[in-house]
Amino acid sequence: MQTSFTPEQLADPQIAESEKILRRCVHCGFCTATCPTYVTLGNELDSPRGRIYLIKEMLENDRPADEETVTHIDRCLSCLSCVSTCPSGVDYMHLVDHARAHIEKTYRRPLSDRLIRSLLAKILPYPARFRTALTLARLGRPLVPLFGRVPALAPLAAMLALVPKAAGRRASRSVPETPGTGSQKRGRVAILSGCAQSVLDPGINAATHRLLARFGVEVVVAPGEGCCGALVHHMGREDEALEFARRNVDAWIGEMDTNGLDAIIVTASGCGTTIKDYGRMLRLDPLYAEKAGRVSALARDISEYLSTLDLPVLEPRRLSVAYHSACSLQHGQKITTLPKNLLKAAGFTVREPAEGHLCCGSAGTYNILQPEISGQLKARKVRNIEATKADVIAAGNIGCMTQIASGTAIPILHTVELLDWAYGGPEPVKLAKG
Amino acid sequence: MSQAIEFLVPRESVLSRRAAIIADLADLLPPECLVHEPRGLAPFETDAFISYRRVPLAVALPRTTTQVAAVLKYCNRYDIPVVPRGAGTSLSGGAIPQEDAVVLCLSKMTRILEVDYANRAATLQAGVTNLSISEAVGIDGFFYAPDPSSQLACTIGGNIGMNSGGAHCLKYGVTTNNLLGVKLVLIDGTVIDLGGKHLDAAGYDLLGLVCGSEGQLGVVTEATVRLIAKPEGVRPVLFGFETCEEAGACVTDIIAAGIIPVAIEFMDKAAIEICEAFAKAGYPLDVGALLIVEVEGSEAEMDAMLASIVEIAGRHGVKTVRQCQSATEAALIWKGRKSAFGATGRIADYICMDGTVPLGKLSYVLNRTSEIVESFGLRVANVFHAGDGNMHPLILFNANDPIEAANAEAAGNEILKLCVEAGGCLTGEHGVGIEKRDLMRYQYSQADLAQQMEVRAAFDEKWLLNPSKVFPLDGRA
Repeated sequence: MQTSFTPEQLADPQIAESEKILRRCVHCGFCTATCPTYVTLGNELDSPRGRIYLIKEMLENDRPADEETVTHIDRCLSCLSCVSTCPSGVDYMHLVDHARAHIEKTYRRPLSDRLIRSLLAKILPYPARFRTALTLARLGRPLVPLFGRVPALAPLAAMLALVPKAAGRRASRSVPETPGTGSQKRGRVAILSGCAQSVLDPGINAATHRLLARFGVEVVVAPGEGCCGALVHHMGREDEALEFARRNVDAWIGEMDTNGLDAIIVTASGCGTTIKDYGRMLRLDPLYAEKAGRVSALARDISEYLSTLDLPVLEPRRLSVAYHSACSLQHGQKITTLPKNLLKAAGFTVREPAEGHLCCGSAGTYNILQPEISGQLKARKVRNIEATKADVIAAGNIGCMTQIASGTAIPILHTVELLDWAYGGPEPVKLAKG
Repeated sequence: MSQAIEFLVPRESVLSRRAAIIADLADLLPPECLVHEPRGLAPFETDAFISYRRVPLAVALPRTTTQVAAVLKYCNRYDIPVVPRGAGTSLSGGAIPQEDAVVLCLSKMTRILEVDYANRAATLQAGVTNLSISEAVGIDGFFYAPDPSSQLACTIGGNIGMNSGGAHCLKYGVTTNNLLGVKLVLIDGTVIDLGGKHLDAAGYDLLGLVCGSEGQLGVVTEATVRLIAKPEGVRPVLFGFETCEEAGACVTDIIAAGIIPVAIEFMDKAAIEICEAFAKAGYPLDVGALLIVEVEGSEAEMDAMLASIVEIAGRHGVKTVRQCQSATEAALIWKGRKSAFGATGRIADYICMDGTVPLGKLSYVLNRTSEIVESFGLRVANVFHAGDGNMHPLILFNANDPIEAANAEAAGNEILKLCVEAGGCLTGEHGVGIEKRDLMRYQYSQADLAQQMEVRAAFDEKWLLNPSKVFPLDGRA
C-alpha cells in the first residue's frame, strides 16, 4: 500500500517501523473475514483493514487521535486472528500497539472511561490489591443489574459479573516441589507467577509445579517477577508496560546468570505472547534491549515445554475435552496443535469447536471495557463449544477460562490441570464436583 | 499517484447538500448503519484495486431489503449516485466510490436464510461470504462450486455483480452457471424476484443479465444458489515443467483430448517462489512452471483420468509429478494457490490482470506478457486458471514510486490489449470495474457498447448506479 510520510517523520524509529508494516498491506480484505468484530458488527471500520486505514491516516497526518478512530481501535480485541489470515504478512500486532500508545498520548478520554481504565491498571497487575478488590466485588454483585442500565457504568457491571463466585485459594508459590524421586533431573525452569491468574486460579501453576516435578524438572519462581505488563500494554499505557517488562527481565536474567534456566514457563498464554515480545518492546532501550531479547528467546508456553519432554502415551480414558484455542496461543504464538497432541497422548478424546479461530471476547480487559461485543462473542463461543457435547473444556489462558466459565455449566480447566491429573496428580476439584 | 483513469466529475448539486442528505439518510437507517464522519469514510475510499481512491459522501450499512430499497428510492429521487459494495475485495475497482456517492455496503446482511437439499439450493443474504456457504453445508456433504481466490472474504452479492469464477470453475462453471435466483432492488426502490429453485424461468433470462452487471442494474439483496454434492474423493496433483511453454502446451493438449479435470492452475517460477514461501505447500522450486491439476471422483475414476493426464504431460517433458498424500497437504496446496495475490504483497506492490485467451494462444501470450512487462522495466508473476485460459499476470512495482506505478498501469493495459488481439477478452472473472473501463473500446464497437448501455438505461435511466464503471466516459448517451 502506498504511504506518504515525510523524511522527518520517518526519522522516528516507531514511525519508520509502522511505515514498513503499512507498506506490506495490499488491501486484499482477507483479514475482514476472520476478524471477530467485523463478523459481529459488519462494518469495515471494525475490521483490521479498516483499522489499518484509520491508523495510517492518523500517523501520516501526525494528528492527535479523534473519537471516531479511538472508538474503532478500542473495539479491536488484539486477538491477532488477522495476523494468522494475512497472506502479505502485515504485522498488525505492532501497528495497533503503536496506535494504542499514540491514542494514550494524544487523546483525552471521557471521565468515566479514564476512571475505569486507571482502576484496572492500578489493581489487576497487583495480586494483593486484586484479591482485596475481588472480595469487595463479591459484595457488590447485587449491583450488577443496576450498573448495567447506566451506559457509563456498564464496564463496572461487566467486571462484577465476571467475578468468580468462589474465592480463589491462596497460591502456594513459596513451596515449589522438588523433582520427583527416582527420576533424574531433566531441566530447570522459572515459572511466571504473574498477577491475575495467581489470584483467580492458583491451581493452574500448582498443577504445573507438580507435573514438571514428576518428570524431573526443577521449577523456581524468580524473586521480583510479577505482572508481565500485557494488561497495561493493551491499554496503550506504554511506560507502565515497559516498567513491568524491565522488572521481569531483571528477575529472570538474575536467575539465568546465576543458577541457569532452560526455559521461562508461562501458563497464561496472553502473558506468553507479551513476554515473547519483550525483545521488541525494549528494543529502543540500550540498557535492556539485549537482555530482553534473551528473556524472550527463553520464554515457552507450558504446552511447548511439555512437548519437549516426550511424555508417555497413556491408555484412552472416557472423557471428551473440547479444546478452546486461546487467541494468544493460536494467533499470537502460532501454537495450534501442541496442546491437542498432549491431551490426546494423555488419553483424552479431543473435540474441536467450530469457528475455533474466533475470540471468546475475553481479550485481557476487553470484556470489561467492551461488554456488549464481548458478550456476543462469548455467546457465540459457548454455542460452538456446547455443540461438541464435550464433558470438559480445556484452555491455555486464564482470561478465556474466566470468560467462558461465566457462560456455560461445562467445567473449564487449564490444559495443564488435565495433564497433571492424567499423569498421576489429584483429580481437579472442578471435575470432582461434577 | 498515477491517475490515468478518470472518474465522473462529482455533482455539485449533491456535494452542496451533503448535510441535508446525511440527515435524511439518518432518518432511514439506525445510527450504527450509517457512516458519515470524514474519518470513518476514508477506509471506504477504495477496494483491492488500491491505486484509485475516492472518499464517498456517506456509507449506508443496511440490515434489510427494506432499508436497501429506502436508500435507493431516496437517492433516485435526489439524483445521488450509489456504489454497491460487499466485502470490498474487487481487483478491478468495482467497489471504489466517488465523492458524490452513497456507498451501499451489504456487509451486515450475512444471514443464510434457507438450505434446501431436496432442491440442491441455498438462499442467502447478499453479504454472506462465498466460503461460508460451503462451510455451512459441508457437514452434510455439499458445497457451492465457484471459488474465487478471495472466497474467504468476498460476498455472494459481489460474486453476482462480477460473475466471479475461481479455480474449480473449469468443471463447474462460474457464478452465472450456479445461480438460481436473486432478489433485486431497483433504483426506484422496487423489489423484484428473478429466477427461483425451479428449472429455467419463463420469459427473458433477466437473471443472466443481472449476473455480471457490476451493480449497475440494481442491488442484489438475496441470492439462491446451486448446491453440489461433494465428490467421493479429490486429489490435487503437482506437475512441474522446465519452461512455461511446455506447461502451457500441456494444458492445451489436456483440454484438446476432451479431459476436463476440476481445476488446472498454472504458476510460473516467480509465483511458485512467492506461494511456497507463504504456504510451505511443498511446491517444487526447481522447475520453471507448475500445474496444479485436481481430479475428483472414485479412486478408479481419478486413477484413470490421472493416467491420461500423466501421459500427456510426459509428451511435454514433465519433470516432476507429485501426488498429494493427505488432506492436510491438499489444503496447503490450495491455500498457497489461493493466497497467491496477497502473498505477493510480501515482496512488492502489484496489480493483477484478468484477461482470457483461447487456449491455443496460452504460451504465446505468456511470452509476450513477460516481454511487455520487462519493456517497462518491471517484473511479473503469473498464477492463473489455465484450463479456462484465464490469465492473471501480477505486475510487481513500488507504489511509492509514481513512475513505476504509471508504468505498471501502462504495462497492464498492453497485456489486456494483447489478450483481445489474441482472440480473448479483457476480463475472465474480476469484472471491468474502473480498471478496464477505457479498454472496452478495444473489445467492442460503439454499436456493441451502445446496445449494452441501452439495457443499462432501461434499469437506471439516470445512470446513478455505480456510474463511473464499465462504460468509457465518452460516448455515453
